[in-house]
Amino acid sequence: MHIKVTLKPITLLLFFLSFMSFGQEGHTEVQSNQEPTSDKKTEIKEYIQHHLLDSYDFGLYSWETNEGEHKYFGFPLPVILWDNGLKVFLSSKFHHGESVAEADGNFYRVHHSKIYKVDGPDGEIFEDEHHHATNEKPLDFSITKNVTMIFMVFAILFFMFSRMAKSYKSNKGMPKGMGRLLEPIVLYVRDEIAVPNIGEKHYKKYMSYLLTVFFFVWIVNLFGLTPIGMNLTNNIAVTFCLAIITYLITTFSGNKNYWKHIFWMPGVPVPMKIILAPIELLGTFIKPFALMIRLYANITAGHIVLMSIIGMMFVFNNWLGSSLSFLLAFVLGILELLVAALQAYIFTVLSALYFGMAVEEHHHDEAH
Amino acid sequence: MEELFGGFSLGLFFWQTVLFLALVFLLKKFAWKPILDSVNEREEGIKNALDSAEKAKLEMENLHADNQKLLKEARAERETMLKDARDIKNKMIEDAKGEAKEAAGKLIEQAQASIESEKKAAIAELKAQVASLSIEIAEKVVRQELSNKDKQEKLVESMLGEAKLN
Repeated sequence: MHIKVTLKPITLLLFFLSFMSFGQEGHTEVQSNQEPTSDKKTEIKEYIQHHLLDSYDFGLYSWETNEGEHKYFGFPLPVILWDNGLKVFLSSKFHHGESVAEADGNFYRVHHSKIYKVDGPDGEIFEDEHHHATNEKPLDFSITKNVTMIFMVFAILFFMFSRMAKSYKSNKGMPKGMGRLLEPIVLYVRDEIAVPNIGEKHYKKYMSYLLTVFFFVWIVNLFGLTPIGMNLTNNIAVTFCLAIITYLITTFSGNKNYWKHIFWMPGVPVPMKIILAPIELLGTFIKPFALMIRLYANITAGHIVLMSIIGMMFVFNNWLGSSLSFLLAFVLGILELLVAALQAYIFTVLSALYFGMAVEEHHHDEAH
Repeated sequence: MEELFGGFSLGLFFWQTVLFLALVFLLKKFAWKPILDSVNEREEGIKNALDSAEKAKLEMENLHADNQKLLKEARAERETMLKDARDIKNKMIEDAKGEAKEAAGKLIEQAQASIESEKKAAIAELKAQVASLSIEIAEKVVRQELSNKDKQEKLVESMLGEAKLN
């Protein structure tokens, strides 16, 4: 009891002291050594921005030697371009964006993680006043780091679940090994997501999509938290793809009732019907759009915050600030683990909800 | 917004769409369908087993009730049988008693009748014996009396006197 009482003020004191020390340090650094701190801050900012971007090679980590030379550890990935014909070469030709790659007489350069066509071996990127490159962009189907990630998750999911399916056959209808762990989750998706939102009658044909999207998003989000650092769901292209599939399934499975509720809302006066129709029609696009933005924004924000806090350890560079940042990063990391599952859950639930709306059979017409 | 869609990569979208759709179809064929089918089958099996267990329980209960009923009936039957037997026993005893009484009555009656007839016969015999004895005595007496003449005449005279009186 006595120890507890005395501990609390000490923690508080430490807490405030730590803030004071940051203030002092920041102050002194501004006076004496401004350059390195801001350098470090911009370096971290750039690193985070770079981390959020896709890249043409599978870099695990990179560092700068004392001579100012960049060293990279990783392996190159194939670059596939369509520029008046298919051009395929390894990304090692770019030398991590430091040099121009040549393929069939055309020259390409990487600028802000995008490939641009340049004039020659020493070609430069031309920028307009908004810092946008004005060079021609070839159609880019490269196997980037993110695409590699999709392939990996593809392989992992296929391996996990096909094995699970096989274990049912060999074990008289009971799962074995990994299946034991996965079966409750599969059943959760069925019993708590699909059935209540879509209904007993129609849920079966949506199960494949719901299960795949749930596990895909979840595993991808989890991979984003590993030090390999591939975060697929913070690419708008990926969330857009998933959202548009949800939109297409909803639209094509919409029954008469669903369309009637969009274009000619029953039970409201005619002028209201005319006003409601465009709103409802817009609503069908907004729903998947919200799905896309929600997943993208949650994961991106999580990564930016987490990486900023990790970066803070190096900016503070004192034992108290760094350890507090570490603690905060640790707690946030755990929170991100939750967010990874939560976003997968939300995406699946909302998709199921939209499918449910599309196939719902209203009975209040009969009641009139 | 501009930054949001500026980051849109057509290549990534292409690969994501192709691979994701392929994943959905492959998993549907090799994972979700067999998994959900097995799970459904198992759930059906469990449901059926539970149902049949419930049915068996109900049957057992019925059987038990039947047994109880049978037992009750048997007990009641035993009771009635015992009662009947007791009644029959009592009746038999009663009957036997009656019969015995009757027979005894008859025997007594017969005995009485035979006693009566014996008595009668004995009395008759006694009478006859008394009569013969009397005659013998009378003969002896008469013989003695008639041994002298005087006495005979006297007697005749007394007798005649008596007769006159009549």
